Amino acid sequence: MSELQTLVGRPWKKPPFVQRPWLRWALLIGFVAYLIAAFMTIEVNWARVYEGLERGKQFVLAFTSPDFTSRSGDIWEGMIESIIMTVASSVVGIAISIPIALGAARNIAPLPVYLICRSIIAVSRALQEIIVAILLVAIFGFGPLAGFLTLSFATIGFLSKLLAEDIESMDRVQAEAIKASGARWTQWINYGVQPQVMPRLIGLSIYRLDINFRESAILGLVGAGGIGATLNTAFDRYEYDTAAAILLMIILIVMALEYLSGIIRERVQ
Amino acid sequence: MPVQDIKGRPLWQRRSGRESLAHWVMWLIGVAIFAYCWQQISAATTWFFVWDAPRIANDIWTRATPPRWEYITQLGKPIWDTLNIATLGTIFALILAVPVAFLAARNTTPSRFIIRPIALLIIVSTRSINSLIWALLLIAIIGPGVFAGVIAIAIRSIGFCAKLLYEAIEEINETQVEAITATGASRWQVMAYGIVPQILPAFAGIAVFRWDINIRESTVLGLVGAGGIGLQLSSSLNVLAWPQVSLILLVILAAVVISEWVSAKVRGAII
Repeated sequence: MSELQTLVGRPWKKPPFVQRPWLRWALLIGFVAYLIAAFMTIEVNWARVYEGLERGKQFVLAFTSPDFTSRSGDIWEGMIESIIMTVASSVVGIAISIPIALGAARNIAPLPVYLICRSIIAVSRALQEIIVAILLVAIFGFGPLAGFLTLSFATIGFLSKLLAEDIESMDRVQAEAIKASGARWTQWINYGVQPQVMPRLIGLSIYRLDINFRESAILGLVGAGGIGATLNTAFDRYEYDTAAAILLMIILIVMALEYLSGIIRERVQ
Repeated sequence: MPVQDIKGRPLWQRRSGRESLAHWVMWLIGVAIFAYCWQQISAATTWFFVWDAPRIANDIWTRATPPRWEYITQLGKPIWDTLNIATLGTIFALILAVPVAFLAARNTTPSRFIIRPIALLIIVSTRSINSLIWALLLIAIIGPGVFAGVIAIAIRSIGFCAKLLYEAIEEINETQVEAITATGASRWQVMAYGIVPQILPAFAGIAVFRWDINIRESTVLGLVGAGGIGLQLSSSLNVLAWPQVSLILLVILAAVVISEWVSAKVRGAII
């Protein structure tokens, strides 16, 4: 009998994702077992949760009447500091990332430079912002300088990696044409490579600006400047209307940045 | 591309005179903004500490090395908690993100003018607030512990997962959906056989990608009291036990590297 005849009259079923049945079941049972074990370890103090629900309700209600005025001085200072840290660290971070990205692109850089730049990227990506901030606050003291350094350092890992990948996947022909005209190395980079990766660089820079702003809002928790410190105080004092005002401002600024980046990316491409 | 005539020889330039002027003005404004920002930062900095920084860094380094290896026996439970926070948080986030993504995608949303903006607002607001802030808030509401961490991670991840997922939904191949519709399938059958199989690989990829990010984020949630290895980090920092701090940092680094490796492997297998 042909395959078709055996299939006729039987309803169609989707083929399973993992073909071997024993492996499929082992994976499934293992995953369920892990989930049960994980659920068991969570201890929930339901009495405490019940008490907290009232505070949760207050917090949600606070969003309907955010209080921008009573702590307006602190909010204003914190916001300005966050924005200043964001701008300065993005500028410095991007400026440092560009040479590192050139060094981390295998089609441009010789092997030793490539390895050094890739390891810088790996270190920057592996360490989280907040941990870097803790160490830098310990070293440089409290204030926005530590936050600025943290964000610049974090920008390098993000931007260099993505930019290097873009340089690696660029069109060789254009760069070779520039080289063939007798260009020096800087001219080759400036006229052969840079125009190809520029739209990507601008897009990534704005995206990173957005991320740096969001991160700058938490660096204050460990004393590295910005709006985070004000937010933390507001939570500690249960001043939810102030906290709601700060959160609304963060959301609005992020939304504005996202909208702006959409416009700029459209114009660049 | 303008060609200028200089001493009788045509010379190609990238920008015309006007364009290059505008270009330089923009750079000038940019530099001025940066200079202002830097001035503000430097005004808020105690430069004495900064000049002292190499000595302090050296001091911390000598205190932190070698790491106190015997402390590792006390890190088993916190690491297990961290893993659970990340995994359960990701699962909850995905459960909540799927409906939001379907409501936000242009081709599946029931109403473009009312429901889609609400879904997009959920996506932006959950994404723009860091998990540490969510944790801070949830600790005030439900008390410190792993549970607050799981919920914080879950809320924070909704926006990220829903955004990537709704983009995947908008990019599906409509002909397959039409084919299923043409067989007389109901709305839910179209969903199950026309849309879901097309976005399933993207969904799995997003889940693993976010899980990897969540492992990183859950390692520091303890700093505000939401469970996991960050609790050990903050208590060690509070008593200035630098050998313990360096060991915890090594463990966190190992966890991050392993999770990145796992997520790369799994994504390689799926896509």
